[in-house]
Amino acid sequence: MTTIAADAHGHAHDHHDADHKPAFFARWFMSTNHKDIGTLYLIFAIIAGIIGGGISGLMRAELAQPGIQYLQTWAQMMEGPDADITKAYHLWNVLITAHGLIMVFFMVMPAIIGGFGNWFVPIMIGAPDMAFPRMNNISFWLLIPAFLLLLGSTFVPGGAGNGAGTGWTVYAPLSTSGSPGPAVDMAILSLHLAGASSILGAINFITTIFNMRAPGMTLHKMPLFVWSVLVTAFLLLLALPVLAAAITMLLTDRNFGTVFYDGLKGGDPELYQHLFWFFGHPEVYIMILPGFGIVSQIVSTFSRKPVFGYLGMAYAMVAIGVVGFVVWAHHMYTTGMSVNVKMYFTAATMVIAVPTGVKIFSWIATMWGGSLSFKTPMVWALGFIFMFTVGGVTGVVLANGGVDDVMHDTYYVVAHFHYVLSLGAVFSLFAGFYYWFPKMTGRMYSEVLGQLHFWIFFIGVNVLFFPMHFLGLSGMPRRYPDYPEAFAYWNKIASHGYEIMSVGVLIWFVNIIWSLTAGRKAEGNPWGDGATTLEWTLSSPPPYHQFETLPVIEDSAHH
Amino acid sequence: MNIVKSLLAAGLLALVPAVAITQQAIAQDAAAPVAAPAESAAVPADSAANAAAPAAETVAAPERMKPTPGIGMPQPGEYKIQEQFSPTGRQALWMHNNLLLPVITVISLFVLGLMLFIMVRFRRAANPNPSKTSHNTLIEIIWTVVPVLILVVIAVPSISLIAEQYKPAPKDALTVKITGYQWYWGYEFPDQGIPEYVSNILPPEKALENGEPNLLAVDNRLVLPVGRPIKLIITGADVIHSFAVPALWFKLDAVPGRLNERAIMIEKPGVYYGQCSELCGIKHGFMPIAIEARPEAEWEQWVRSQGGDPKGKAGAAAATTAAAPAPAAPAKI
Repeated sequence: MTTIAADAHGHAHDHHDADHKPAFFARWFMSTNHKDIGTLYLIFAIIAGIIGGGISGLMRAELAQPGIQYLQTWAQMMEGPDADITKAYHLWNVLITAHGLIMVFFMVMPAIIGGFGNWFVPIMIGAPDMAFPRMNNISFWLLIPAFLLLLGSTFVPGGAGNGAGTGWTVYAPLSTSGSPGPAVDMAILSLHLAGASSILGAINFITTIFNMRAPGMTLHKMPLFVWSVLVTAFLLLLALPVLAAAITMLLTDRNFGTVFYDGLKGGDPELYQHLFWFFGHPEVYIMILPGFGIVSQIVSTFSRKPVFGYLGMAYAMVAIGVVGFVVWAHHMYTTGMSVNVKMYFTAATMVIAVPTGVKIFSWIATMWGGSLSFKTPMVWALGFIFMFTVGGVTGVVLANGGVDDVMHDTYYVVAHFHYVLSLGAVFSLFAGFYYWFPKMTGRMYSEVLGQLHFWIFFIGVNVLFFPMHFLGLSGMPRRYPDYPEAFAYWNKIASHGYEIMSVGVLIWFVNIIWSLTAGRKAEGNPWGDGATTLEWTLSSPPPYHQFETLPVIEDSAHH
Repeated sequence: MNIVKSLLAAGLLALVPAVAITQQAIAQDAAAPVAAPAESAAVPADSAANAAAPAAETVAAPERMKPTPGIGMPQPGEYKIQEQFSPTGRQALWMHNNLLLPVITVISLFVLGLMLFIMVRFRRAANPNPSKTSHNTLIEIIWTVVPVLILVVIAVPSISLIAEQYKPAPKDALTVKITGYQWYWGYEFPDQGIPEYVSNILPPEKALENGEPNLLAVDNRLVLPVGRPIKLIITGADVIHSFAVPALWFKLDAVPGRLNERAIMIEKPGVYYGQCSELCGIKHGFMPIAIEARPEAEWEQWVRSQGGDPKGKAGAAAATTAAAPAPAAPAKI
């Protein structure tokens, strides 16, 4: 795709400067280096993912059979031996809330934007670093207190028991008059900090991509991963302030006597839902668009072919981002909206399937006629394409406001969004992790363990989430700690799916440890001539400061 | 209404959970004696004995309806949508089963098929030299236009389904007011003069005794007539709940400060279960819904047994309520 005219190793002197690293504390706690900050983000996301994933293990254990098996014991562990059944039920709501918030704000977003975005956006556009390195640092370090606030909220009162039990959507009035105690306030402040962190990051990415591209790197030559982060950054910049406003009003309703969301005093609980989902729907594209970018890079690399329909791919993402802002109320079909509003949101939501289809078919066309090798990153990307398709088509079903009435707030929805997130976004994260692991660490991962990880995880998540479609169709509502006997069969199977999946994750950890200690040293470009983006022109790992002499991108046969 | 008021007051004092639990305990206690003689057939004295102020007329409530296994409730190991018993429900089910499900299955299999073909045909061993094709305007137009056409085919019946679901109830429709509380439902027939009565979950042993599914069975069901348009007016008293009955393709949120209205029609007698479908606090999973749909005559009998007037409109209803201030004898079990 691109060729580099400049000599990356101009002078020995430069090279020495480029690899001068600060001491440990200065390097990791005061970092302004985009690669180190990216690494911090990835480590943070893995830790948060272990916590969030562990919580889903607790939930699957409880749901493995009807009745309350473990919740009360856990409640007693958390709140002392006299915790009664209401505290157990409250703990359930705390678990579902924490799982959602952690996975969205502290796992997927930090990993895909903070981690891979930070690491590779500057390199891919031929820039030495991000535009605002210190702002980059504060972006990361705001996440730490945000996460601590959320984790801490589980130890303070939040209504019937400790912790915020409002669901990740924090709907009023359950989150205002329905949840006395400081836990929900802490969760709200946590979201404020995480949101501020993301807004700063978004400003940084937009500035970097607009101003710091190497000579010759026009917008239409940028790798698709950079395009995806650019669109994502705009979504963050436009959506998060709305969330901040919505939850600030929650705070004042809770603490200062305002009535924004109090229907009995002239406010309206629906206002919160509109504001939340005006943020919340772009948020789901925030989580998936960078994944689209990663998959595009990987499919192209391992097909040894340029991306098919590059412009269509780039502008499909722009279209998804734009349309993503005008479909939010499909999350609210059952709130009692008027018939015309429901018809509009049905039609608008279905429109999103078109650019999404363009992406799926363009990936397939990229592979068509290619020379495919099935290295670990590629199998994850292939898994992503199919699983995202499955999650996408159930989205088309749910888009129909009239049909949605029976599926709304059932496990069908849970299945749908886990197919696009847990099998979509997370697959793209693993794909990117394996793809760039040699570049980031300078060592090759174990191919055998990587393939094993994929297959076990792939089987596990499908056994875990596919039966949820059936549960939802037969009517099982979300966010229930217990269910009628009739739902027992598929719930048991889903819980076994979790067990399989967790074995896959363990193999991943083994792979990381093995690769970091005993992995073969990786050359600059381990993937061969299919890997054409700038990161593969550097050593593995890249010098501490890359591109002190800017690369020049020549107008070679591109598209 | 007293319950509503005291709950609202509780909400203002930010003491909702504690008070609501007490309320619920009271409500459950009140229901308990009624629930006891479940097996004995219609005993008129029973309902009268439980009414604080005996109503002038004592009409026996029709015998509590037994649910039909597999109807109006989920079935073990089920993988599809419950059988539908309302006209819009059948229309929606048809659309899901005969249009949406085939379309999404075919698309998924098409993508899977293409991928498997490519993975075999264009693997490195079979195709060592990749093509450099990166454009084909025609095919890009095709895969944009064809999905648009598919979506139009879906959108037309989808929009008309919504229009059907939103048809306002005719003038003679029965009006029912449904209120969601933490964590039970209140049902009221304002035109029949039946004041709000409370519907609580049955404890597991009671459900078993009645031959009803655990976590779905309630003490006092919402009794509705079959074959007649019914206007449901739904609201919430404390937080948002959602009134959902899968077998009627019905789900509408109970939002405090709002009256949500939708018309339904039930086609066959039966017991149709549902569950609260909006997270509403600790007992969100334990405030089920049970609709008992009866032929018109039996429903009228039930209304009379509650001290109401089946035909009654404002005037008669008001008189009845004034004469018997507490005819709150819940549906017999």
